[in-house]
Amino acid sequence: MMVRRRFPLVMAAAGLLTVSVVLWAPTVGSTPISLSRAFDPAIDWQANVDAQIFFVARLPRVLAGALVGAALAAAGVVLQALLRNPLATPFTLGVSSGAALGAMLATAFRLEATLLGISAVPLASFAGSMLATAIVYALAASQRRGLSTNVLLLAGVTLNAFFSALILFVQYFADMADALRAVRWLMGDLDVGTLAPLAGALPLLLLSAAGMAVLPRALNLLTMGEDVAASRGVDVAGAQRLAFVSASLATGAAVSLGGPVGFIGIIVPHLVRLVVGADHRLVLPASTLVGAAFLVACDVLARTLLAPVEVPVGIITAVIGGPFFLWLLVRHA
Amino acid sequence: MLLQAADVSLRYRPESPLVLDGVTLDVRPGEVVGLLGPNGSGKTSLLRLLSGVRTPTSGRVMLNGASLTSLSRRAVAKQLAVVPQGIELAFDYTALDMVLMGRHPHLGPFSMEGPDDYAQARAAMAATGTASLEDRLFRTLSGGEQQRVIIAAALAQQPQVLLLDEPTTALDLGAQLDLAALLRRLNADRGVTLVLSTHDLHLAASVCHRLVLLRHGRIIGSGPVGDMLTPAHLRDVFDVEADVLPADAARAFAIVPVRRHPA
Repeated sequence: MMVRRRFPLVMAAAGLLTVSVVLWAPTVGSTPISLSRAFDPAIDWQANVDAQIFFVARLPRVLAGALVGAALAAAGVVLQALLRNPLATPFTLGVSSGAALGAMLATAFRLEATLLGISAVPLASFAGSMLATAIVYALAASQRRGLSTNVLLLAGVTLNAFFSALILFVQYFADMADALRAVRWLMGDLDVGTLAPLAGALPLLLLSAAGMAVLPRALNLLTMGEDVAASRGVDVAGAQRLAFVSASLATGAAVSLGGPVGFIGIIVPHLVRLVVGADHRLVLPASTLVGAAFLVACDVLARTLLAPVEVPVGIITAVIGGPFFLWLLVRHA
Repeated sequence: MLLQAADVSLRYRPESPLVLDGVTLDVRPGEVVGLLGPNGSGKTSLLRLLSGVRTPTSGRVMLNGASLTSLSRRAVAKQLAVVPQGIELAFDYTALDMVLMGRHPHLGPFSMEGPDDYAQARAAMAATGTASLEDRLFRTLSGGEQQRVIIAAALAQQPQVLLLDEPTTALDLGAQLDLAALLRRLNADRGVTLVLSTHDLHLAASVCHRLVLLRHGRIIGSGPVGDMLTPAHLRDVFDVEADVLPADAARAFAIVPVRRHPA
């Protein structure tokens, strides 16, 4: 079937999945609520406890999960194409750690500066992810055939160790309460409380989405190597720059919201490819939608698995993603 | 003149030596030009300059009278296509996916291939004998099949000129003959101009109209195939003493390497 015809089908299926999960997730919790009651316009807002729980208490966290999941999955797809290696992900490359360091520095120094309405934490987070991506990309550019899996993994391990050390150093100077909060956040924390943090990160996410929107066909060709892409009519340097900046923006915004949640960027794109094939015009938007649904579902699991104790969502994704990554590594080796 | 390199030189880094040194080459429409020379003589570098993926350190390359540096990548890709030595894929595209990617320069930024693009891609696959491979994953194809799919993708660009980098290097004997026949057909039936680099003297003798001999980044001879594939020229280019057997009804002339000439 022509990709033109498959596109709306794939988007409809992925969109339906995401919308269902996002509507279902807020109904799960210590107090059971009813969706139909929450959305019933006949009931006065003051009297509608279900609606208050749905929209005020639980929806911000679910939306945070959706945005973080979408951004990390999309960043994974873009990095994999850019580095021509399906094992590339923001988390394993150390890009998430770079973003986490940025966010922690901004928090530790109580940075209040804003730029064009974007607040300091997402901006610092973006700066960190940009730095990490730049290092990985410089390594890749020195090797004409794309980044080999060995170099990719070693670079990721090194960058993760490097940024983790600096993160620990920042924590070392924090007081007990701040340090504890930071540890919790580093394990992935989608409990944003209100919609305000989402609004703070939204400009970065929208910029990144705009950048990624024009990329898919160029990404397809970039996976065949720079010379082939150029000879098929791709402005290689321009496409690579755009891919690099938009993946950093997405990772920075996602980490500033939910902490360095791992493995979304590898699990989701691989599952999506199994269903829709390798064409980035399908893989990128479908992974974005499925990534949202996936992280929201993981967060429901995190809230309910050991209730009333909450498991950090990063632990859930790591327990699923770690073995998955190893399996891919064995399969690709 | 379709494609023209005017006194081009190239070094990859400011401190490194010239890999091409004052090369001038004219390619006329409908010609099949072979670039011949030992490893490191600059064949692949010359192809990269001709396709515009590299800009010469000095001199310039013209495509249909316009300097390559003044044209967008898309504009170049509509007139000129490249067949690399091979493509290592990190993702599982089907053969048809690969060929459809040749339509890239003809599509707007957000548009997806329509019926016309599919027709072009399928025609290119038919012309290269790959129609039956449409739904196969590219990575599962044999070397010869992959090579023909890559050529189909280049043809889907609807180019006037095709640049091929050592097209027979990875192929077995049967696939080499198939490829030579395919290239002759593309040139004769579709009028596609070909420029190819090769170590394969049989391919050079049986497909090319004209040969350009390269050594140490300079052209040391250029002319009709019969004039270039002589024992004297082969010694100058490769330091090899070779017998040249005259052509007969069944085959082009053949070259039998005898011994390495003491340098």
